[in-house]
Amino acid sequence: MMSEPAIEVRDLRKSYGELEAVRGIDFSVQRGEIYGMLGPNGAGKTSTVEILEGYRQRSSGTVSVLGHDPQTRPLALRQRVGIVLQSSGIYNQVRVREVVKHFAGFYPHPRDVDEVVELVGLTDKRDERARRLSGGQRRRLDLALALIGDPELIFLDEPTTGFDPAARRTAWQTIRSLKDLGKTVLLTTHYLDEAQELADRVAIVKGGQILAEGSPAQLGVGGGSRYRVAYVRDGEPVIHQTDDPTSLLHELTAAALARGEQLEGLSVTRPSLEEVYLELTADG
Amino acid sequence: MADSLALLWRQYRFERHLFWRNPSAAFFNFLLPLIFLALFGAIVSGKRHELDVIVPGIAGMSVMATTFTALAYNLTFLREQGVLKRMRGTPLPSGIYLGGLALNAVTNAAIQIAIVVLAGRIFFGLGWPPDGLELVVFVALGVLCFATLGVALSHAIPNFESAPAVVNAVFVPVILISGVFFDVKHVPSFLRDIAQALPLDHLITGLSGGLVAHHGGLSSHLTGLWVLAIWTVVGASVAVRGFSWEAHRG
Repeated sequence: MMSEPAIEVRDLRKSYGELEAVRGIDFSVQRGEIYGMLGPNGAGKTSTVEILEGYRQRSSGTVSVLGHDPQTRPLALRQRVGIVLQSSGIYNQVRVREVVKHFAGFYPHPRDVDEVVELVGLTDKRDERARRLSGGQRRRLDLALALIGDPELIFLDEPTTGFDPAARRTAWQTIRSLKDLGKTVLLTTHYLDEAQELADRVAIVKGGQILAEGSPAQLGVGGGSRYRVAYVRDGEPVIHQTDDPTSLLHELTAAALARGEQLEGLSVTRPSLEEVYLELTADG
Repeated sequence: MADSLALLWRQYRFERHLFWRNPSAAFFNFLLPLIFLALFGAIVSGKRHELDVIVPGIAGMSVMATTFTALAYNLTFLREQGVLKRMRGTPLPSGIYLGGLALNAVTNAAIQIAIVVLAGRIFFGLGWPPDGLELVVFVALGVLCFATLGVALSHAIPNFESAPAVVNAVFVPVILISGVFFDVKHVPSFLRDIAQALPLDHLITGLSGGLVAHHGGLSSHLTGLWVLAIWTVVGASVAVRGFSWEAHRG
């Protein structure tokens, strides 16, 4: 059982009328892994995640979450999963500790209420009404409500959107601590640094498809991305992309020497994850 | 089963707890019918015939306000805020969550009816309800009917900002033509016909039998019971079929 992946998705497709939002996605998430789906808004991340959470019916493909088909919304699955939606409300009048305590009652083996409030950093605000919380504090309450049932698998859909840099660092710390507890996390984000900081593996998603997948380091170097060789000739920049920079450099330098020229400003760079991302997700 | 009941009870108490924490909601729920009673009681200055029209009328309006209006508002709010969607992702069974919301509304309806009965007795010298069975049956059926219609109407409300307009566009004309504030004998016949096809008028007639005048029991209100039952079935079917756990996007 333990070797079975937490999430297994094969050829997942989702259409809304004419619009095909998810167009054949395959991936699996191992237990204890933080898996990041990185992509621009409208890439199909939320559609994919909401199918895994049991909110949407898929059009085709197979999906297994902790051994269950989420489409049938089995109780046994909902008890083992924590969900932070992209946006979700809470009763305005409710107090922080009170609502976390209430939610604890939904689960067979909840965590300690004060411990969870502490974990998300809301201990100072535990008696505050939800309507008086800042956006970031509400987001942390969302996380507390997702964690109170002591889930094995946690979905985080854009968990830090709208955070200031300091709050984002704190949230990242909390998410890393989930991994230390052996939890599996599926994270969607459109922040590159977030994926890079948190995810063990990243899928770059656009147009309802996974364009590249791997660890942040792999994606930056390999993963089909190319080396860039640049120099200046006659005052104009010249840029070559190649998988084999050794041969290309040899050709370029040989030709330049034969002409008796210099390759001005010659550089060979490996693309960062950022460049890979921007290149893959560029329009057109 | 016992577990489900315990969960439902817990959810219901949570809703009640939050209800009392919102003073404006409590105000409108319990003070408004009293204000109406006091105002119209003063206007008709204790004339028995007029009171016999107004007391059941306000009781009927109370049932409609606490169930139809409140559920249409609340469900729209909860849906648009994303609360419904969040609850849907927890192990709490959906039926129990919605049951808690419904029982909360039913409690408010029961409290309002009690307030109307007590106020009628204390301030206007009306007696205790002459037909308790008829009162209970009509309140129960009225609550069921208007609760399902309230849920059904929430599906037609596109966003929370438009909720007051949509709800009042239904609520205000219905209470006016159904004889909440005056004897419907003076209303033009085409409006009478419309009112007769709607549930509130029949609810008020039934409540009138239960609250102020013994008409001859439930058997004298079979048409009214049928109309309420049919609207309940219509409301329930739209409520279930159109139900959405999340805001419509775009």
